[in-house]
Amino acid sequence: MLVWSRSGRRLAWFLAALLFAVIYGLPIAMIALASISGQWNGVLPSHLTLMHFANSVQGESGDQLRVSIMTGAIASAVALVSGTCAALALRRIAGAPKRLLDAIFFIPSAVPSVSVGLGLLVAFSQPPVLLNGTTLIVVIAHFVLISAFTYGSVSAGLGRLAPDYEQVAESLGARAFYRLRRVTLPLVAPYLIAAFSLSFAFSMGELGATVMVYPPGWVTLPVGIFSLSDRGAIFDAAALTIILAVTTLIVLIGLSRVSTKAAVR
Amino acid sequence: MKVPTLPSAANHHPALPGNPPPCPSSQAGEGSGGRRGRVWEGDAGGLRRGKAAASDPAGASSGIAFEDVTVAYGALVVLDSLSLVVKPGEIVALIGPSGSGKTTALRAVAGFVRPTRGRILIGERDVTNVPPHDRNIGMVVQNYALFPHMRAEENVAFGLRARRAPDAVLRERVPECLRMVGMAAYAKRYPRELSGGQQQRVAIARALAIRPQVLLLDEPLSALDAQIRRSMLEELARLHRDLPSLTVLYVTHDQTEALTLANHIGIMRDGKLVAFGSAQSLYRHPPNRFAAEFLGRANLLPVKALVSDVGGLTHVRFGDAPLLARNHHGLPAGSECLLCIRPHDLRIHAGDPATAPLRGTVRAVQWQGEMHSIALEVGGHPLRLTCAPLKAPPEPGEMLALHFDPEDATLVPEDGDG
Ligand SMILES: Nc1ncnc2c1ncn2[C@@H]1O[C@H](COP(=O)(O)OP(=O)(O)O)[C@@H](O)[C@H]1O
Ligand SMILES: [Mg+2]
Repeated sequence: MLVWSRSGRRLAWFLAALLFAVIYGLPIAMIALASISGQWNGVLPSHLTLMHFANSVQGESGDQLRVSIMTGAIASAVALVSGTCAALALRRIAGAPKRLLDAIFFIPSAVPSVSVGLGLLVAFSQPPVLLNGTTLIVVIAHFVLISAFTYGSVSAGLGRLAPDYEQVAESLGARAFYRLRRVTLPLVAPYLIAAFSLSFAFSMGELGATVMVYPPGWVTLPVGIFSLSDRGAIFDAAALTIILAVTTLIVLIGLSRVSTKAAVR
Repeated sequence: MKVPTLPSAANHHPALPGNPPPCPSSQAGEGSGGRRGRVWEGDAGGLRRGKAAASDPAGASSGIAFEDVTVAYGALVVLDSLSLVVKPGEIVALIGPSGSGKTTALRAVAGFVRPTRGRILIGERDVTNVPPHDRNIGMVVQNYALFPHMRAEENVAFGLRARRAPDAVLRERVPECLRMVGMAAYAKRYPRELSGGQQQRVAIARALAIRPQVLLLDEPLSALDAQIRRSMLEELARLHRDLPSLTVLYVTHDQTEALTLANHIGIMRDGKLVAFGSAQSLYRHPPNRFAAEFLGRANLLPVKALVSDVGGLTHVRFGDAPLLARNHHGLPAGSECLLCIRPHDLRIHAGDPATAPLRGTVRAVQWQGEMHSIALEVGGHPLRLTCAPLKAPPEPGEMLALHFDPEDATLVPEDGDG
């Protein structure tokens, strides 16, 4: 603690709490309130109702939630595998080549997601590779956007792994694949889980690229929210937002539980 | 590579209750069978005990040979033409200051450092180009590197599982190795639930479980506190008495560890082996200044060798003072050299100071519990003397007369310290 006096510390806490409440708390509280309001004309809404939640469960929103979860899970899983493979393959490279490859990997996250979507659309709208209007192109868009997370997270984990573990394993007779399976991957497991969590959360909220490429049969929840609010159904959109946030949160909490377990061992 | 299924599982008679762990019976010689298979078969690692050792065919345990091994990173030569032989069943300690290339030498044997020149042999086999997982060595690193996600017993079993040893071997070998290092009661613990010393024991058990041909230890005690270090040192000595045919290469910067454990000691400096010999002879007759100072912090006085005399003693002149010393290295008369005398071999001269061979000014007196350490200046050269605690220690500035038994003083060449 940098602030020593008791009153000073209290003031610091108060200011921090206030800032936190305004920046994070207020928007969320507004959305939460909106999701249960029947009417909102004054400072606070009136005619509180759960109707919007009922709407969302009954309507196409249930499908959209499923689509979002599936897209997120598949894209994150593929990104995890490929990002891990890339990180493992490139870990022995150092210096300028390493920095160049890192830069290439991080390009997609530096480009606006709308542009990534547009790029995919242009690239795959003509033979020989025609993916336009398929489910696959949505997953690919998400994968392109999140693969940098996994690569970055896993290479950070591998970078912090002392070489001793793998060398001792090798001296004990473990060949490359056995070593990877029994030593390397378990030791970087927290990083793998963090990578997956981050990509999943990102994918669940992704709109920019998705909106460019999604086919009619594969509407993700953020796209649904976007079109609802576009149509002026703000309260329904708010209810969906809450559902999206809670679902993502549940998955993240579950994953972080697993991660703590992996780290503690 | 397929591990041959073998009759050798039958070699492993289960331990009789109350008996020491079974002696791995000897089996066909070096050439037979796949190397990987052999590892858990029998005595490939040469971990034979007691009487069994006598009945084993000669050469069953393997030594290590460095032949002109050079390791360089770019232009930086970190190991310079190292030639060194560790005989089967021997403990050789490599000592030297930090950065002298000890770890590099050890890792070259393990296969994690590629020599730019030269060969490394384990037993009869040239392993220079053999990948680490095929070398059949046990390695213990400074920070133990126990796998944190595995219990102690799983750590010990790791090497056997990696080699697909049958369950029967695992069930027998894992408890045996844990028992050998006194960790049987901790089999179910995770590494984080063990103290440093206990982790070290598990790391040693893990290395021994595969019955390695050679055991490589890199500063295994340096992360432990002084008291545990001492008891671990005794443990290691006991372990080698139990496994007399285990060949050990032991890297340390601590001379006590080297002198306590090793049959032979190699002293490294700037990537070169500057001295090698049996622990005793290296201590008694260091071949150069560096060896004398590094091993046992000897006092060195510049002298001029005169004639060799009766009984192997040589007359030398230190300034104007005539002294006597052994000339173990056969330095020629007239050469400039160093007289090496250990601090505890210097005595305070009780009689007439005029008859003392050396006189010096006391510079500092330290009481260290079990001994007094006195720093002196003799003819402009620093000298250290240790002795049993004195009732009336000298005061700084006092003149002190000294003598020593010429048998305890040895002449060391001035140059040639690599
Ligand atoms: N991978 C490496 N690249 C470059 N230099 C290295 C490498 N490993 C070790 N060195 C250098 O080699 C020298 C010897 O190191 P090391 O064998 O670890 O010494 P010691 O174990 O005796 O302290 C040191 O100067 C160290 O900086
Ligand atoms: Mg070292």
